[in-house]
Amino acid sequence: MKRDDAELVAHLCEARAGLKVDPDKIYLLESRLAPVARRDGFGSIEEMLVALRTRREERMIWAVVEAMTMGETSFFRDQAPFDHFRDVLLTQLAANSEGRPIRIWSAACGSGQEIYSLAMAVEEQRAQLGGVRVDLFASDLNERALEKAQSGLYTQFEVQRGLHVRRLVQHFEKVDEMWRLSPRIRQMVRWRRTNLVSDLSTLGRFDVIFCRYLLSSLVEPMRKRVIENLALLLEPNGVIYLGVGERLAEATPALRAVVGCDGLFRPDPAYRVAA
Amino acid sequence: MKTCLVVDDSRVIRKVARRILEDLGFEIAEASDGAEALAWCRAAMPDAVLLDWNMPVMSGIDFLKHLRAEVGGDRPRVVFCTVENDVAHINEALACGADEFIMKPFDGEIVASKFFQAGLT
Repeated sequence: MKRDDAELVAHLCEARAGLKVDPDKIYLLESRLAPVARRDGFGSIEEMLVALRTRREERMIWAVVEAMTMGETSFFRDQAPFDHFRDVLLTQLAANSEGRPIRIWSAACGSGQEIYSLAMAVEEQRAQLGGVRVDLFASDLNERALEKAQSGLYTQFEVQRGLHVRRLVQHFEKVDEMWRLSPRIRQMVRWRRTNLVSDLSTLGRFDVIFCRYLLSSLVEPMRKRVIENLALLLEPNGVIYLGVGERLAEATPALRAVVGCDGLFRPDPAYRVAA
Repeated sequence: MKTCLVVDDSRVIRKVARRILEDLGFEIAEASDGAEALAWCRAAMPDAVLLDWNMPVMSGIDFLKHLRAEVGGDRPRVVFCTVENDVAHINEALACGADEFIMKPFDGEIVASKFFQAGLT
């Protein structure tokens, strides 16, 4: 892959989605873009990018940008945030819900492990929620990741990362060499393609947002913008879970770290008034 | 240092598992079938057992049933590690007192994740 091709891709990713893509990481670019080129019937990445330069088709541009979004993920990643969510937060929110449903959003859900972990946690805590409804939403920029997530099909490798075997046999069935999540859990989630750097005002308000390990994949100015966009969608008593050790939110007045819970933040009421 | 008994009739698998588990901070003992493993446990209960299913002399599941009936045999965390990867085998293992279950093929990441799930790390 040539340097100016790599730079074109990096530029598109930043312009469209605020994504930080290093044009020097040719291997990464090629491994992500080769399947896109193949899928669209091009002989090579170079051919695809020639066509992209001349035709400037939106669909093709997004296919390239989306291919660069896939990050690492696993069920119950880091475990502790999910334990906190299930054992502390859910019951608190249910107790204060005043009959309103609890709304939870996995922003940048990737192939779905995060939102399904939350759905399993909700299911396990259901008896303690006093009949309060829990609505689960998941969004991602990557259309193919969303398709995979919605299928609920995971490889043997994927279901062995972060998922206790008791949860595996409770919630999954084996289909050939893959594992399929039960319809009961899958149907708890509603999906949507969303670009977090654009206008999010139609999504409504949330009690809980999971946006873990996304910010570090964005270019600097977009980190602040995304985190502030998300903060404005939080209910006054809502929380946002970032990745463990993600200190980026402290750079904005929109959020305040919750002491003792690494990666957990609450909206700052003063910021909301100012905004 | 925590101890882990690696039970598998394949020397290659034992060697791979040993390397992974030593990196996780375990001291390793090896056994090539369930009977040998049981003798080990009667001499000194390990903290963890990584356990193959199909082995000559005594299978993994028979070893587990014997182990759980021993004095102090409830203490080791037992993680199966086998090609028997269907739900029936997993349920049988859990019913007999297994703590976790690795479906072969495995790598270091899976072993680390499963030992964490089993409360070993």
